[in-house]
Amino acid sequence: MATEPPSLNTLLATDSESFFVLSHVMEGLAQYGANNELVPAIASRWEIDESGATFWLRPDARWSDGEPVTAEQFVYAWRQAVDPKTGAPYASILYPVKNARAINTGKLPSEQLGVKALDRHTLQVSFEQPCPYFLGLTAFATYYPLRADVVERYGARFAAEADTMVYTGPFKLEQWVHGSSMRLVRNPEYWDVSSVALKKINIPFMTTSAAAVLNLYKDGAIAYANLDAETLREAVVEGYPVRRFRNGTIFFIEFNFREARATRNADLRKAMQLVFDSATLVNKVIAVPGNRPLYSLFPSTVRGVDGPFYREYPAKPLAQDLVLARKHLERARLAMGGQVPPLTFLVSETPVSVIIGEYLQNLFKQSLGLDIRLDKQIFKQRIARMQSGDFDMVLAGWGPDFDDAITYGDLFASWNENNRGRYQNARYDHWVEVARQSSDQTERMNAMAQLQRIMQEDIGILPLFEGASVYLQHPELRGVRRAIFGGDPNYKHARLEKAE
Amino acid sequence: MPLMRYISGRLVSGVFTIWFIATATFFVMHWVPGDPLSDEKAVSPEIRKNLEARYGLDKSLGTQYWIYITSMARGDFGISYTQKNRSVNDIIAMHFPVSAMLGALAVLFATVGGILWGAVAARYRNRWPDGAIMFAVILTVSVPSFVFAALSQHLIIKLNQLLGFSLLPVAGWGGFRNMLVPALVLGLGTMAYLTRLMRASTLEVAGSEYIKTARAKGLSSLQIFRHHEFRNAVLPLITVLGPAIAAITTGGFVVELIFTIPGLGRYFVAAVQQLDYTVIMGTTVFYGAFLVLMVLLVDIIYGLVDPRIRLQGKGAGVRA
Repeated sequence: MATEPPSLNTLLATDSESFFVLSHVMEGLAQYGANNELVPAIASRWEIDESGATFWLRPDARWSDGEPVTAEQFVYAWRQAVDPKTGAPYASILYPVKNARAINTGKLPSEQLGVKALDRHTLQVSFEQPCPYFLGLTAFATYYPLRADVVERYGARFAAEADTMVYTGPFKLEQWVHGSSMRLVRNPEYWDVSSVALKKINIPFMTTSAAAVLNLYKDGAIAYANLDAETLREAVVEGYPVRRFRNGTIFFIEFNFREARATRNADLRKAMQLVFDSATLVNKVIAVPGNRPLYSLFPSTVRGVDGPFYREYPAKPLAQDLVLARKHLERARLAMGGQVPPLTFLVSETPVSVIIGEYLQNLFKQSLGLDIRLDKQIFKQRIARMQSGDFDMVLAGWGPDFDDAITYGDLFASWNENNRGRYQNARYDHWVEVARQSSDQTERMNAMAQLQRIMQEDIGILPLFEGASVYLQHPELRGVRRAIFGGDPNYKHARLEKAE
Repeated sequence: MPLMRYISGRLVSGVFTIWFIATATFFVMHWVPGDPLSDEKAVSPEIRKNLEARYGLDKSLGTQYWIYITSMARGDFGISYTQKNRSVNDIIAMHFPVSAMLGALAVLFATVGGILWGAVAARYRNRWPDGAIMFAVILTVSVPSFVFAALSQHLIIKLNQLLGFSLLPVAGWGGFRNMLVPALVLGLGTMAYLTRLMRASTLEVAGSEYIKTARAKGLSSLQIFRHHEFRNAVLPLITVLGPAIAAITTGGFVVELIFTIPGLGRYFVAAVQQLDYTVIMGTTVFYGAFLVLMVLLVDIIYGLVDPRIRLQGKGAGVRA
């Protein structure tokens, strides 16, 4: 693990370390199965329609202290999540539930939230507006149940130590030495405990140094190691079988559409699109296995109607055309009064970002004669500049929150805070609303295809590549599920098998 | 009671120093672009408002400063922004002892090694042991500690593979075995510095009149070294030891990162990157206080060890 999980309070967690631990020790109404599909968890069945949803909880679902999991505990957790006093960063993921937004903005009391315990094991949810992807949301940590008695007993200390929280998942936290190690053990009270093979998971080290992680793997101290570009090279040289996993992250250049920005000019963006080749970037520049060229705002992991979205609705491939690019550039130059001003390209200071930044700087200089200034910033300062719009182009990325194409699609809606370039197109907003509300999957995916097409024509973003993680896994360790959503990796069905 | 008056005077000026550090850090930190609540994924303005209210960031900077200074005076550094369930006091109380233990061992390595190598180099001045030691010193001073850390990790792996069992752990925290190599790596730079200092001061002492006298009285060179040169040559080292202890204890974050040691240094650096206001303030003030105390302690010890130096009671300084 890279760092200590910042918060195991399901209402406050926002980061991958916390989600990793939580996905092992907690479980919500639904969860992700072996192929990242949604399967029953605490809820054994459900009915979802346009106005709301009903979940029937397993009578045998219990907390790690033996108490039953009840519908009332979900109601409590969800009300807490939208209560403005809680200050939950992910409160907005509950906004599909009736009145959630009004409560979160202090306009209604939290008792008005559209969720009710019909009896001990039946949970009824009413929607603000139709939400066809609601089931995927219930697997998210903010939707997990909470025990009022435990939360109130420990107050600020809740979920700060292994013994100040209770668990509904396949494992429970036995030991937590802050900044140093964690130990998860099988939870005997878990309803599906018979399918959990591992008795114990040790997380003995916490460091952000990939070199240290690889060294620990070599020494046999850990069974699983994530690699970065440098340690990957070393692992390949040492002859380890490197595994890869496409994790649904996308990387792209976001253009700034704010007033007086040169990048508002469509011809300028078109010229850049026409000289850029994603395949070259992926294969020759980044050259990390698993990454994939990207021509859309949807990665290959997104589900369509029956199969993968990218097969059902393939994005138009883009051909390079230097002559045409220069024509567009000429038009841009004229529109700007004879000269394209130098452009600021905001990137982070990590090695990969700098390599990509320098490659593009060079590409646009050589083929189009554009002057691009790389603005390398560390994490918080980069975010600050993205928020204030202090850039012409920014190297950005996105990882999905839940299993639906809308987690990418609504990114560039005019009202989305994560639309850092302030791209705006009324037709785009229209199709986002269709995709959000329609209950017909084909109609929704047609809308997503519209979003894909509009974005490619408008060049609000220039897709760069689809990311993957590369890692090493001990040959005797099997059944580890790499997860696109929620905590990753997942050891629920992991087991040890002696290699032949 | 000149000593007590001296100490209390220094403590008062120490408190002022710490207040100054806290104030400067507070305003510089807020002046840096970005804030602790921003993240890769932006939140809506209404959620941001709730978050700001939760952390008191909706108040004016002056009010925030006043709240901060008054609770700091009560010894409460607040709750971390990134480690959402932990108070800064908890973080310091839990992770500083780790850094301190590692630091103490590193200082021990550095001092013993520095004195030993420095004395040897001076004794064999301009002969091959001197040359070898000074070469090693220059190498150690110029190569950053993370290189040595990575190098030693590779050596441990090779050693363990050769032996077929794990003699030394590659990384991690627990027993004495875990501390050995990291402490050595952490102490190397200071050891090199002390070696140079020890060599120079031994040579200086060796040229003084009383050594000539001792030699004229017919004492053996080993006797001269043990009774006259060594004791006088060590004194200047004590001066630099105070800041060195503070530097080693607070500056171990790279070593902590590579050897996965849960020391305070990692939290400090991470806090700066994450703009975790409360942790930045807490650790800076704590480290500041630690440095002030260490320097004071060394000055007192110095006065006790060297009779030429008398402490003055006006809190003005330590000159004789």
